[in-house]
Amino acid sequence: MAETTLTHTSQLDRPPGWRGIAADWASDQRAFKNVSWGKAMMWIFLLSDTFIFGCFLLSYMTARISTRVPWPNPSEVFALRIGGSEIPLILIAIMTFVLISSSGTMAMAVNFGYRRDRRKTAILMLLTAALGATFVGMQAFEWTKLITEGVRPWGNPWGAAQFGSCFFMITGFHGTHVTIGVIFLIIVARKVWRGDFDVGRPGFFTSRRGRYENVEIMGLYWHFVDLVWVFIFAFFYLW
Amino acid sequence: MVDVTPADAVPPAEVAEMELYHPHSWWTKYVFSQDAKVIAVQYSATATAIGLVALMLSWLMRLQLGFPGTFDFITPEAYYQFITMHGMIMVIYLLTALFLGGFGNYLIPLMVGARDMVFPYVNMLSYWVYLLAVLVLVSSFFAPGGPTGAGWTLYPPQAITSGTPGGQDWGIILMLSSLILFIIGFTMGGLNYVVTVLQGRTRGMTLMRLPLTVWGIFTATVMALLAFPALFVACVMMLLDRLLGTSFFMPAIVEMGQQLQHNGGSPILFQHLFWFFGHPEVYIVALPAFGIVSDLISTHARKNIFGYRMMVWAIIAIGALSFVVWAHHMYVSGMNPYFGFFFATTTLIIAVPTAIKVYNWVLTLWRGDIHLTIPMLFALAFIVTFVNGGLTGLFLGNVVVDVPLSDTMFVVAHFHMVMGVAPILVIFGAIYHWYPKVTGRMLNETLGRFHFWVTFLGAYLIFFPMHYLGLMGIPRRYAELTDMNIMTESAHHLNSFISIMAFIVGFAQMVFLFNLIWSIRHGREAGGNPWRATTLEWQTPETPPAHGNFGKELPIVYRWAYDYSVPGAKEDFIPQNVPGSFGPSREPA
Repeated sequence: MAETTLTHTSQLDRPPGWRGIAADWASDQRAFKNVSWGKAMMWIFLLSDTFIFGCFLLSYMTARISTRVPWPNPSEVFALRIGGSEIPLILIAIMTFVLISSSGTMAMAVNFGYRRDRRKTAILMLLTAALGATFVGMQAFEWTKLITEGVRPWGNPWGAAQFGSCFFMITGFHGTHVTIGVIFLIIVARKVWRGDFDVGRPGFFTSRRGRYENVEIMGLYWHFVDLVWVFIFAFFYLW
Repeated sequence: MVDVTPADAVPPAEVAEMELYHPHSWWTKYVFSQDAKVIAVQYSATATAIGLVALMLSWLMRLQLGFPGTFDFITPEAYYQFITMHGMIMVIYLLTALFLGGFGNYLIPLMVGARDMVFPYVNMLSYWVYLLAVLVLVSSFFAPGGPTGAGWTLYPPQAITSGTPGGQDWGIILMLSSLILFIIGFTMGGLNYVVTVLQGRTRGMTLMRLPLTVWGIFTATVMALLAFPALFVACVMMLLDRLLGTSFFMPAIVEMGQQLQHNGGSPILFQHLFWFFGHPEVYIVALPAFGIVSDLISTHARKNIFGYRMMVWAIIAIGALSFVVWAHHMYVSGMNPYFGFFFATTTLIIAVPTAIKVYNWVLTLWRGDIHLTIPMLFALAFIVTFVNGGLTGLFLGNVVVDVPLSDTMFVVAHFHMVMGVAPILVIFGAIYHWYPKVTGRMLNETLGRFHFWVTFLGAYLIFFPMHYLGLMGIPRRYAELTDMNIMTESAHHLNSFISIMAFIVGFAQMVFLFNLIWSIRHGREAGGNPWRATTLEWQTPETPPAHGNFGKELPIVYRWAYDYSVPGAKEDFIPQNVPGSFGPSREPA
């Protein structure tokens, strides 16, 4: 992330549309003009991670389609008893709302980061982290509720054992992603707050100078985790 | 002064020079180094060390197969453990790590004209996580119950049942954990290789000027980043099956009269996940070999590679196609037979780009100024071995032929020829080729020729007879074959012969290792460019290249990597950083 762009693509003579893409790929130095190393690396990592979640979800679908015993009904399993009546999917609706809101605060943090507004950027990143932590907390609540009702990775009272296996594995893997995201959000927020990106302070481990773009790279990861949740939500709770 | 013609104009630098980490102590310079070249040597040394373990395991297997009943300590359980660890180590911990972690780290920054990988710190972590994965793997040899004996494919349900060595002990747990670590470590390195090739090239270095070595390693890395996730997921799920008692891959099953707790899982799901990784893995190993061998042939035949662009597109086509052929490993698994039709078709289509590559290598040799140096000998040996192994692939790719040959020694012969011996021959050739750059000295020529002839002829004498054994119906993965009707006396003699050849070839590798160590001090001084090659790694101011690779100024690239024997040029090679006004180029327009 230490490199600075010397020539902007707008200064280069590039044809529009597909011909421009072809020209970029045929050129020297960089295939994606104006994309920094850090951003390129995050995008490629996310592509690889997509394959991981894709394999998880496909395995879940295979298990669900091929099982010969009934699959527990998600509207009943994921219902909460509030004020004497069972409300289906209420917790998951709140969780989804929280996570999607956190994507909103993240996007605002990126915006303020590029305006070099240290205070607002750091606060919005911490708010994003708080929303993420809330999400993980509610997930812990949901796990606890299901476990007290007798759902285990190896079985459950209502039907196919693979329900619990897939549920704990996939939401657990996603929850781990959110937790890692929260940790890194706090680290980057601290760097922003301290002004590391303004004075070009070298990183503790990497001894590279960070830039405000790191906020955006962090945001890419966060939005990805959010997007993955939409698929988990659709395939687990709505199917 | 030479007038720089407009043809020599290169675009201005888009990116400022990267900040390098400057090591302050011996530890940060040679142990926890962020220099890709040091990391490459670390990767190569670790891979070679664990590869020696796998080599010794193959000797133990051959002792049992060649002289059954003679060695009491090789129980059937031990035999399965040897076969499993041999396969897993060779494919993943040796070949993948050596091609991508070793050659990738050393050659990518030098060949694209970069100071280092784009994120040296992450690159360093990649090696240390890889080392941890290797240590976890090695620890399974000392764990109670020993390493897993499930076969390198780790097929459930047998992989985690008590009849398989390590199935209900530590073996399978350590194996799966080690694979998960390997994938995490590889991802950190792999992201670096891809971004360095895409975004970190020097001025003038377009993608279509990259040496084919870089194209091969780059494409293989992209494939690995997309294929390893399937193995990662399969490992996680099997670990849960084993540790938490879930039933992802475990159907209802009775073991020793006892109904196990598992119910309703799908073993075929594991096979699909495994081979979605496993087949691209074959090409993750093969594509770097294709790339490197192209450069060896071109350099040592003093001739530009024939059909450079077709070579690049063939690499990409093979990489893409390899993701849609995985179920040809599963013709006898019980999957829907219609799948077999689809996967046989895609499998045979891969033969087209592969054949293009073979023809282009041969056409590069055609009327070339062939120097029979050791790298060239290995490159030639690769072509014949690869063609041999590839042709038997056409047999096994067809469902009707595969079904009777499945799980026979024919399969063993096929995959050892095509993805065992062939890539290893390229690795040897590449080591003889680049050793002078890494150490500044040449490897000993006499020992090298001895190593080549014994390895090449010996490998044929090991694996060619296995085709006959396979056609006779001799199954693979059997610890004891003596009581079978098909195991005739002549087949038994053939087996003993194969075993003796295996020991001889193994011995030749010891000579090679001796040569590697001896030549560091006693080899002939190489100079900067002993092979008179064109690519950037041979144009560094120092040999071995210093930290930062290229001295004060990064090289500027004016031509493709294959300007050998250009008519009208003074020398029979023109390096990539020589401006066009100094001599003509044969770069395709």
